[in-house]
This record gives sequence, C-alpha cells and structure tokens, in this order.
Amino acid sequence: MTDPLRPSDHADSTSDEVTQPRLGVVGWLRWGWRQLTSMRTALVLLLLLAIAAVPGSLVPQRTADPNGVTQYFTDNPDLAPVLDKLSLFDVYSSPWFSAIYLLLFISLIGCVLPRTKHHWKALRSQPPRTPARLSRLDDHRTRTIQVDADTDAVAAAAVESAAAQLRKSGYRVARYDSRGSFSVSAERGYLRETGNLLFHGALVGVLIAVGVGGGFTYTGQRVLVEGQAFSNSLLDYSSFNPGRFVGGDTLTPYSMTLDKFDVTYVPPGQPGSGQAGNFVAHVTTQTPGGDAQDGEVRVNHPLDVQGDRVYLLGNGYAPTVTIRDADGKEVFHDSVAFLPQDANMTSLGVIKVADGLPQQLGLLGFFYPTMDVLDSGALTSTYGALEYPTLTLRVYEGDLGIDDGTPRSVYTLDPSKMTQIAGGDSGNPAIQLMPGQTEDLPNGLGTITFENEAPPGAVGYEQSVKRFASLSIHRDLAGPWVLGFALLALFGLLAALFVPRRRMWVKATPRDGSVEIEYAGLARGEDPTLAAAVDQLADKHGATLPSQSHPDTGKVD
Amino acid sequence: MPGTDPLLLDEISLLLVWTAVAIYVLAFIAYAIDLARRSDLALKAKDQIVARELVTAGGGGVISSGSGAPASASSAKPRYLWARLGTVLTALGFVFHLVATVLRGVAAGRVPWSNMYEFALTGLLLIIAVYLVVLTRYDLRFLGSLMTGLAVLLLGGATLAFHVEVVPLADPLKSVWLVVHVFVASLATALFALAFGLSVVQLIQTRRERKLLDGPTDAETKRSFLRTVPNAEALESLAYRFAIVGFIFWTFTLIAGSIWANDAWGRFWGFDTKEVWTFVIWVLYAGYIHARATRGWRGTRSAWLSIIGFTAVLFNFTIVNVFFKGLHAYSGLTT
Ligand code: HEM
Repeated sequence: MTDPLRPSDHADSTSDEVTQPRLGVVGWLRWGWRQLTSMRTALVLLLLLAIAAVPGSLVPQRTADPNGVTQYFTDNPDLAPVLDKLSLFDVYSSPWFSAIYLLLFISLIGCVLPRTKHHWKALRSQPPRTPARLSRLDDHRTRTIQVDADTDAVAAAAVESAAAQLRKSGYRVARYDSRGSFSVSAERGYLRETGNLLFHGALVGVLIAVGVGGGFTYTGQRVLVEGQAFSNSLLDYSSFNPGRFVGGDTLTPYSMTLDKFDVTYVPPGQPGSGQAGNFVAHVTTQTPGGDAQDGEVRVNHPLDVQGDRVYLLGNGYAPTVTIRDADGKEVFHDSVAFLPQDANMTSLGVIKVADGLPQQLGLLGFFYPTMDVLDSGALTSTYGALEYPTLTLRVYEGDLGIDDGTPRSVYTLDPSKMTQIAGGDSGNPAIQLMPGQTEDLPNGLGTITFENEAPPGAVGYEQSVKRFASLSIHRDLAGPWVLGFALLALFGLLAALFVPRRRMWVKATPRDGSVEIEYAGLARGEDPTLAAAVDQLADKHGATLPSQSHPDTGKVD
Repeated sequence: MPGTDPLLLDEISLLLVWTAVAIYVLAFIAYAIDLARRSDLALKAKDQIVARELVTAGGGGVISSGSGAPASASSAKPRYLWARLGTVLTALGFVFHLVATVLRGVAAGRVPWSNMYEFALTGLLLIIAVYLVVLTRYDLRFLGSLMTGLAVLLLGGATLAFHVEVVPLADPLKSVWLVVHVFVASLATALFALAFGLSVVQLIQTRRERKLLDGPTDAETKRSFLRTVPNAEALESLAYRFAIVGFIFWTFTLIAGSIWANDAWGRFWGFDTKEVWTFVIWVLYAGYIHARATRGWRGTRSAWLSIIGFTAVLFNFTIVNVFFKGLHAYSGLTT
C-alpha cells in the first residue's frame, strides 16, 4: 500500500497487467501515455540523448565555435551543406535533439506527477500490518524470555518499548495487537522517494530556468583601449545579444574606463618561457551621481558592476597611428586594436582613413611586439612583450566600401575596389615603423607616424604601445536559479540513492511462562545494511528487557 | 637557483613514477598467477573440509577441546598467497606513486592535476587508492590484475606520451575550482573504474552460471577462478554501489564545472567538446541506474551500460583531451 508508485515495467513492480490497449481512442491514448511514461521509454530516451549529444563534439558548433564552422565549410564544400541541412552545426538546438529531450521531460513529468500524488498520500498513511509469519523473512531474530508473572503484560511492555525505540530512530510506527500477540510495525525511508521526486523535479526546474532565464539574459562585447571609456548603453557595445525579454532601456546606466592593462610573460630560459599570464584590466566605474570606483577584471574573477558581470575575454596591442596629408594636416589619429594571431602576439589590424585624403585609404597592418626575421625573410614575433616592437603596413587606395551603409567589420579590409600602393606587388615596399618613427606614404600622399605612448623619460619600449582589453558584459538572471535547482537535484539524488528504505517489525507472543520476541526487517530496494540494522535493533531492545532473557538464536532462517 | 629546484624535483618524481609502474607490473603478475591458481586452491580447500568433517565424524569424541570446529572453519577459506603478494606489491607501488605525485605538486607549487600527465598521475593514484581502501571491506582481489593492469598501461602510457615540464598555470586554471572540480572528477573516475571491473567479471560470471544451468556438470568441474568469485547478482549489486557513488561525484563535477566555466568564460554551459562528453557520461550512467530498475534490463544489459559508461570516461580523458578542439585545451601538449 505504501510502496512508492513505479511505472509498471519497474523491476520491483508486481503489476503484470496486460498492456494491450482496450479498443477506442481513449484506450489507445491511455496505452500510448503508459508507454511514454514507462521505465523502458525513459531509458531508451536517455541513451538516445547520450548518443545524440556526441556529434556536437565531432563537428564544430555555431554557438561554441563559429569560426570553426566557417572553416569547415571552406574545407569540406560538398559535405558541409549536407551536414547543415541535418542541423549538425547546431546540434543542441536541432529539431531531433530537442525532440529527444522534450519527450524525455514529458515522460519525466508524466512519471513524476502521479508518483508525487501517491507519495503525498503514503506520507500520511500507517505502516502496514505485521505479517503473520515473520520467520519467513530473510532478516529475522528470535529471543525468548522466561516470565513468572503476567506474560501478556510483559509482552505488551516489550512491544511498547520497542515502538519507542524505533520511533526514536526515525521510524514511523503503528501497533498491531491481536489476540495472542502484540506487535509493532515500523517503516522508514520515505525520504528516499522524496529525494527521487525532488531529483527528477529539480531537473525540470533546471530546464525551465535555462529556457525562461535565457530570455532575461544579455551579453554585450566591447573592446577598450587603455584610456578609453564606454557607457552601458546599446550604442556603445560593439555587439549585443539580448534575450527575448530584454529591451534596450533595461540596461543599468554606468560607465567604465580602462585605466591600464597588465600582463606578465615568462622570461626566456625558464620553463614555459613566453607564456602569458596574470592578465588584469584595471578599470574605473562610475554610476550617475555615484563615486568613481576602482576595480579589476581578471580571468576567473569577473567584476560585479550594478548587477552586471564584466568578464575579460581577450587582450592585445593597440598601436597608435597618426596620418597626415601632404600639407601636414592630421587626417587620422587613433589607437587601433590589433587582433593577436599567435602566442607571441603577432597581431593583425586594419586602419581605415575614410576622409581627408584624395581617395580613401586602407592599411593592413602586422604588429610584432618583439620582431625577428626568419630565414625566409618573413617577419615574425618571438616574444609577447614589447622588446622590439615593429609595425608593418600594406597600403591600399580606393573605395573602402563603407559608404553604402553595409556593416563592415573593423577588423577586415575588403580590397576588391582598391589598388595596393605599398607592399606586395605594388612596386613600393611595405611601410615598416617602430614606435616614434614616421615614414612617407607612397605617391606623396603624406606621412604616417607610429606614436610612442611611453611617458617622457621612459627607458626601453615597455610602455611604447597601448594595450586593449576585450570585455564581455553579462546580465544573467537564470544563473542563480539554475544553480539552485542543480543543487536541489544533487541533494535529492543523495537521499534517493543512500537513504535506506526498510520496514521493521517487533512481535511479542506470550507463551506458557515465557514470551517469545521476534525481530524482522524487510528491505525495500537496495539496502546493504539491513542485517546489521536488525541486529542492532534486537541488541538494543534486548538490553531493556528483564535480565533473565536469553537469545535463542543469532539467526533463524 | 630556484629555477633548477623544480626541475630536479620533477626528475626525482619521474623516477619514482617508473619505479611505481615497475612494482605495479610485479603486482599484476602476482595477481595473474593468483587467478590461474585459484580454482585449484578452492577445490583443495573444499576437499580438505570434507576430509576433516569425515575425520571428526569418524573419530568420535577425540576432538573435544573446542579448538577443532573453529580451526576447520577458518581454514575452509582458502588463503590466496599470490593474491596477498599482489596486494602487498600494489600497496608498495602506491606508496611510490603517492610520493611521486606529491613531489610533482611540490615541484610545480600547486596541485598536481593540471595537465594530461598530471591528470593521469593523480587519477590513477586515486583508482589504486580506492581499490586498496575497498579491499579492507570487500575481498575484491580478483579485480587486482585488472586494476594494476590499468595502472601500468595508463600510467606508463601517459608518462611516455604526455610528460611535460612544470610550467606556470594558464590564467583560466588559477582557480579553487581546479582543486575541487578536477579532484572530484578523478575520484568519480576511480569509482567508475571499480564498477567497470566488477561489471566485466559479472558478465563472465553470468555466462558461466548460464552454462551451469544449461549443461551437465561439465562446466562445473572446469577449473576457473570464477568459482571463487561472488555470483553474478552479488557482483552486480556491488558494481551498482560503486557506480552510484561515482555518479554522485560526477554530478558534483558537472555542477562545479559549470560554476567554474561561468567564472572563466562567462557562461555556465556552452556545449564545448569537453562539456559535451561530461554530459554524455552523466546521461549514460543515469541510463545505467535506470536500467538497473527496469524490468528486462537488470543484469547483463545494465552491466554493458556500466562498461560503455567507463569506456566513455576513458575516451573523454584520452582522445577528447588530445585530439578534440575546444576551450578545455589544458592537455599541456603543444600541437
Ligand atoms: C532527464 C531525464 C532523467 C534523468 C537524468 C534521470 C535520472 C535518474 C537517476 C540518477 C536516478 C537514480 C536516483 C534514484 O533512484 O532516485 C533515477 C531513478 C529513477 N527514475 Fe529517473 N531520470 C530521468 C527521467 C526519468 C523518467 C522519464 C522516468 C519515468 C519513466 C524516471 C523514473 C525513475 C524511477 C522510477 C527511478 C527510481 C529507480 C529505482 O527504483 O531505483 N526517470 N533517475
């Protein structure tokens, strides 16, 4: 009666009902529902889920590795579109993956709801009647005590004290006295089923929190060069991914300035030489009407600002370049973020001069913090820090293609409508500069200067080039909920797997001049400690009995 | 000076690792001999009991000192000398292995589990530790050759293929979660390994039991270590017990990992390759636990799931770490 409700194909289930549907729509529906909420279906769906998750680790995913997907399309031009049709680049949002986990969760809910109802009732019901023949149970002990006086009274008292003892160790107890014997029936371990239901329910919670919470979440990216500031508004992000329920006006107003970016490199000659680490972005944040506050953004240690979390995603060099026209008038002056291409910070960047010169100018630059020349004559960087910083630039003249309003990445140059005028086959050598140096642009267009940003009096190149930090700003409302449900699931699991569920009985039968006391236990499910528990019960109870008692047997099977 | 210190320590550590591997090889051999001899011993012990009972019965009241009965009871359990030697050797190898691991940690100035070589070092240390601890409660020495064999193959292989110098930690690894998440994952792996071993033996035992049921006593007289091993059902429930503890640890690993991912990468979960495999393993073991409770799946089928689950764990550690691209690029191997 108080056994937890299980799907009919549960290993412990006793119901061997015929699963043939009765005719009629309702019959079929009921049959289908029973199939969907059966253990076997849950199991098959779980295994399917495991299998379906695997391809996402074999093929690059758009969400995790968009560049990998692009690369895959270039490498496998025939195969990629086919895979794309099968959603293999978006496995975890694909129809087939979603179908599996949705079915699984429908099955889960369909399974858990009736069980919860049943369990709720079971929590209020009495432990079941004491079986007539306790000696048929595996774990059974008997002891006989010699009694001179009223055997009935002694038996009743013994059962009463056993009941008290069981109650104290967390059992639910009920007395079942009948003619000729006294007994107590005890049960514990409801927490096991509670834990199981909690676990499965919490999984639903995780899924819902992820699904709904994602709608209230936003992430925005922004690149900041040392000295630059940005304000937390849609306009100031370089990219912004809002959840479904996030409007632009929901952003908390504040501004953030990158004061300084620090990084250390393992010096040459030491193990791991050249390895970069200890990245710190020193920032100042300012809320309207509030005080300016210093903060640090480090890897593993995002900065909390007004409920947003600011993460450090990347960093690099941002050479400061000034371009003047033939008359010496400044037409461009900016620190441009160059994207690192390798561990030694060989960096690639694009400078676009849209106005002020006869034609638009595009410069494709390579920056080497510690430049060296390979045998082939090509340049390379041999160390990430600024030991011998060098900037080389190829120059293109013509139409940048930015006037027609098509969005163009600031990191790429489309030279299709431009003519190369320096570097490559253009006839002019590429421009090569170190901090503080100025060169002429080809064709008498003007000059270009690689500014030295080091403070006056600084020695060496260490501070000659500014750095940038690429920051990611998140508002995540789902996180705490997901974590909460996940922890609930974990605790539920602990209870579901380790709380023993068992029944115990103590029965006292008055005989002629003696009372026979029986102890018995029955495991419900996995319970390796049952025998020990029955022993313990018998021993502890024995100590409370009149002294002339003696155990008959250790074990009677 | 401080630059040469760690190098020296690591060299000593490496020497100890190889010593440990050598001792594990010896332990493996001892355990293997044990398995080969077991059935003989078991048969003899049985004969002995029968003989002694006959003697006692025939001798009437000769043995009345009270020492007779207990003595026969204790010698009824055959004493596996080779298994005992195997365990002693395993424990000895473990000591070397432990010191090697600690030294590696000292040399690095951090926990010794932050690249492939160190994952292997610590992970196998835990496998052997869990095995030795469990031995104090259950006689699982029939798994000894499997466990030491695993240790020899993986520890030797990892040291040959993955050993790297101590280098400073990459920034994302500088976190308390490295200590917790990776350690608990290794612990879970150790428990899964034990469950795996038991499931393998369970399958073999099931086959034997089925043969016994089917055929005449032909198989019964066949000498095999299996007759000294618990029956398939007992093996299964023991495997289950280790697997569920492992599953709890794995669940914790999953949660701790996403908290860490949120700190390091700004999202809890992104289906990065390593995350995918952690998830797959979790689901596989959830399937295993369900299978144990599903009619028609208990027994052989669920044992296969335990084996598949552990295969996925090994796959995750080796192939995924080395060959799959992803954010978890911490194998310490430069490609
Ligand atoms: C997201 C999918 C699911 C996962 C990850 C999952 C996981 C688990 C785990 C880890 C256990 C062991 C803990 C315990 O015994 O309480 C368990 C047990 C159980 N699950 Fe699920 N489950 C899922 C879906 C389902 C579904 C759909 C059903 C219903 C058909 C179901 C029915 C059960 C039952 C009856 C048990 C108890 C088994 C026993 O008696 O030992 N589960 N599940």
